[in-house]
Amino acid sequence: MNEKIFQMINQEAFPTPFCPGCGHGILMGAILRAIAELEYDLKQMLFVSGIGCAAWIPSPHFKADTLHTLHGRAIAYATGAKLYNPKLKVVVISGDGDLSSIGGNHLIHAARRNMDMTVICANNSIYGMTGGQMASTTPLGSLTATTPKGNQEPPFDLCKLAEAAGATYVARHPVATPIPLIRTLKKAMAHQGFAFVEVLSPCPTQFGRRNAFPTAFAMIKALKSSCLSVEKAKNLSQEDLLGKVIVGELVNANI
Amino acid sequence: MQLKKVKSSLKPGWYFMQGDEACAEGAIAVGCRYYAGYPITPASEIMIRMVHRLPEVGGAFIQMEDEIASIASVIGASWAGAKALTATSGPGISLMIEAIGYATITETPCVIVDVQRAGPSTGQATRPAQGDIMQVKWGPHGDNEIIALSPWSVQEMYDLTIKAFNLAERFRVPTFILADEAVGHLRETLVVKEELEVYDRYKAPGLPPFGTEEPNGVPPMPSFGEGANLLVTGSTHDSWGFRKTADSAVQARLTERLVRKVKDFKSEIVATENHFLDDAVVGVVAYGFTARAAFRAVKTLRSQGIKAGLLRLISIWPFAEEAIAELGKQCGVIFVPEMNRGQVAGELKKYTSTPVISLPKTNGEVIEPGEIVAGIRRNMA
Amino acid sequence: MKGETGLPVKEKKKKPTRIHINQKWCKGCYICLEACPKKVFEKSPEVAEKGFNPVVVAHSEQCTHCWQCEMLCPDLAIHVAKES
Repeated sequence: MNEKIFQMINQEAFPTPFCPGCGHGILMGAILRAIAELEYDLKQMLFVSGIGCAAWIPSPHFKADTLHTLHGRAIAYATGAKLYNPKLKVVVISGDGDLSSIGGNHLIHAARRNMDMTVICANNSIYGMTGGQMASTTPLGSLTATTPKGNQEPPFDLCKLAEAAGATYVARHPVATPIPLIRTLKKAMAHQGFAFVEVLSPCPTQFGRRNAFPTAFAMIKALKSSCLSVEKAKNLSQEDLLGKVIVGELVNANI
Repeated sequence: MQLKKVKSSLKPGWYFMQGDEACAEGAIAVGCRYYAGYPITPASEIMIRMVHRLPEVGGAFIQMEDEIASIASVIGASWAGAKALTATSGPGISLMIEAIGYATITETPCVIVDVQRAGPSTGQATRPAQGDIMQVKWGPHGDNEIIALSPWSVQEMYDLTIKAFNLAERFRVPTFILADEAVGHLRETLVVKEELEVYDRYKAPGLPPFGTEEPNGVPPMPSFGEGANLLVTGSTHDSWGFRKTADSAVQARLTERLVRKVKDFKSEIVATENHFLDDAVVGVVAYGFTARAAFRAVKTLRSQGIKAGLLRLISIWPFAEEAIAELGKQCGVIFVPEMNRGQVAGELKKYTSTPVISLPKTNGEVIEPGEIVAGIRRNMA
Repeated sequence: MKGETGLPVKEKKKKPTRIHINQKWCKGCYICLEACPKKVFEKSPEVAEKGFNPVVVAHSEQCTHCWQCEMLCPDLAIHVAKES
C-alpha cells in the first residue's frame, strides 16, 4: 500500500520488540503512513517519547531524530527542543501511564500553553512493560496485576482532560479502524498548536489475558464494537451510550 | 581546550551587580540562548535577569511548571543545539536528580546553578548554606562524574559561569555552579573585560555521537534537524545510540568511558588558589563564600604568629585530590570550615592521612573570620 | 454474462494480487487471518522455528484489496500489491 514507510524505518531494529498482536505496532504503521501521505521531511521532525512500550514506537524504529527520555517527561523535553528550534516538527509518542500519571502535570501545562506539538497517546489502559499494573486509564472492574479483585478507581477521560487544559485539537480513535486513524493523525500533525490524539491500542499480553480476551483480534473486534463516532453519538440516548467509547474529532479550535 | 575569543555582551567596564545577576550575565556572554526555570529563593533573580536579557540576544526563555520540567526542557534544548541553563536551590536540585543522571548518560552539556540555602528540605529559604556538595555528584543513582565550581565573589559568579559552559561543552557533562545565598545576593564590583573565551561544541558529522575510541573519550555532538537521525536515550546504548540493555560489554564500555573522560583529564578542570601556603604548617581548606572569611582568618592567624595558609577550592568536582595530598604532606593539621556538617572535610580524609578537623556551621548564617580563628586556636591548644 | 438483475454486464477482469508475508518479522498474532473478510490467509500445518504455525497466503485470488491485513499488522510484515 505505502512502500515509502520502509524507507522511514531502521530496518535493522526489526522485528520489533512488541508482543505479537500489540496495538502499538499497528499505531506505529499508522503514524508512518500518515507522515508519508503528508510528505513531511523526516529531517525536520523530532520524535520524543518517555518510558514504556509505547515509547518504543519511534525509538529506535524511526529513521529520524528521536529523543527517548524519562518516565512522564517527554512533553517537557519536547518543549525545550521546540522552543529553541521552532522549525522542528515535534511529535510526542508515549503511553497513557507515562503521559497522564507521572507525566500528567507536563501534559496539562503544555496543553494550557497551546505549545505547537502533536501528542499521540497510545492508550492500552495498563502499564504493560512492567508486567500489567493498573493505570490511570484502566476501566472500572478490570483485572490487572495491582487490581486482582477488579479496579476500583474511575479512569481518566484523557480527551476531556486535554480539552479542559486548553488543547486546541483533540481526537480519539482505536487502532482497529486504521483509515480514520491515519486521517486524524494527519490533521493532528498539521495542526498549529497543541494537538492531542488518544489512540486506543490493545495490550493482548497484559490486559487481554487477564480480562478474558482469547486473542489479539478479539480485542480489535471489541474495540470496533464499543467505539462510536461522535456524529452518531449525538442522536443517541444516555442508555444507548452506556459502555460506548466516543471516537472521532472532539475538539478542533482552528475551524 | 580550543577556545575562541568573542566580544563581551556587556560593555567592558566596572559594574555594581548582584551575584545572581552576574551569573546570568556570564551565561549570556558565553552564548547561553535557552533558559527554563522555576521560581525558588534564592535563585529567582537569575531567572528574572534572563527573562529580560534573552529576548535582547535572540534566545528563548520559559518559566516551566516545576523544576523537573525545567531541567528536562534544558536537556531537550541542548540537543536542539542550545547552550542551556537553569538555576535553582537545594529543593529544586532534589527534584532534578533523575534528569541529571539522564544528562550524564546521554552526555548532554548543560549548566545548572545551585544557589544553596539552609536545609535539609524546605529549611530556611533566605539563609545561606553549603549543604549540597555531595548531592550534585551522588544524587543520581549510579556513578556520576560531573563538574562543579564554587564561586566566592560576584566576579566569580560571572567568570565561573562562563567557565562552566565551556567545560560542559568540552566534556559533555552536566556542570554545576555551587553558589550559596550569600554570594548570590551579594552586591559587589564586577569587571567586564573586552573579550572572553568560548569553547564551541565539537561537531563531526558522520561520526557516532555516543562513543569514541579517541583518547579524550568525548564524542562529537550533532543537533536535532541536522539529518543525523539521532537516537538519544537514557538506556544503556552503543556508540550510535541503539539500546543495548542486555549487553555486558557495552555497559562496561559506556560506564567506564563516562568516568574516564572526566577523571583522566582532571587537569583541565581542577582549579585551586593558594594563599600564604608556601611555609604553612596549619592548612585551611575552604570554598565559596566561606573562603572569604577563611582568607581573613589566615591573615589574622599569621599576625598572631601561626603559620596558617589557605587552599581555596574553586572546583569541587572532580575533587582536587593531588592538591589535598600535597597540602597534607606540608601541614601538620588541616581545618575545613564549611556551612554544612563536614561534607568536604570528610572527602579530604580520603586523600591525606594528616588530621583533618571539620569546623561546621549550620545555623543559616555565614562563617565569620573570628569563628575560624577561634576554632583553629581551640583545636591547637 | 448476466448480472444479479438479469441484465447483461461486462465481464470484469480481476487483477491478480501479490500478498507477501515477511516471515522474518511476522510474530504469528493471526490478526490478519481473523480480520480478513475473504479468508485469504490460513495457518500452515507445520510449527515454525519461532514456535508458532506461520500464516500463509492460501487464497490470494479472493483478495479484494481492502488492505486491512497490511494496516492491522503490528509488524509491518504484510504487503499487498496489485499486479499491473
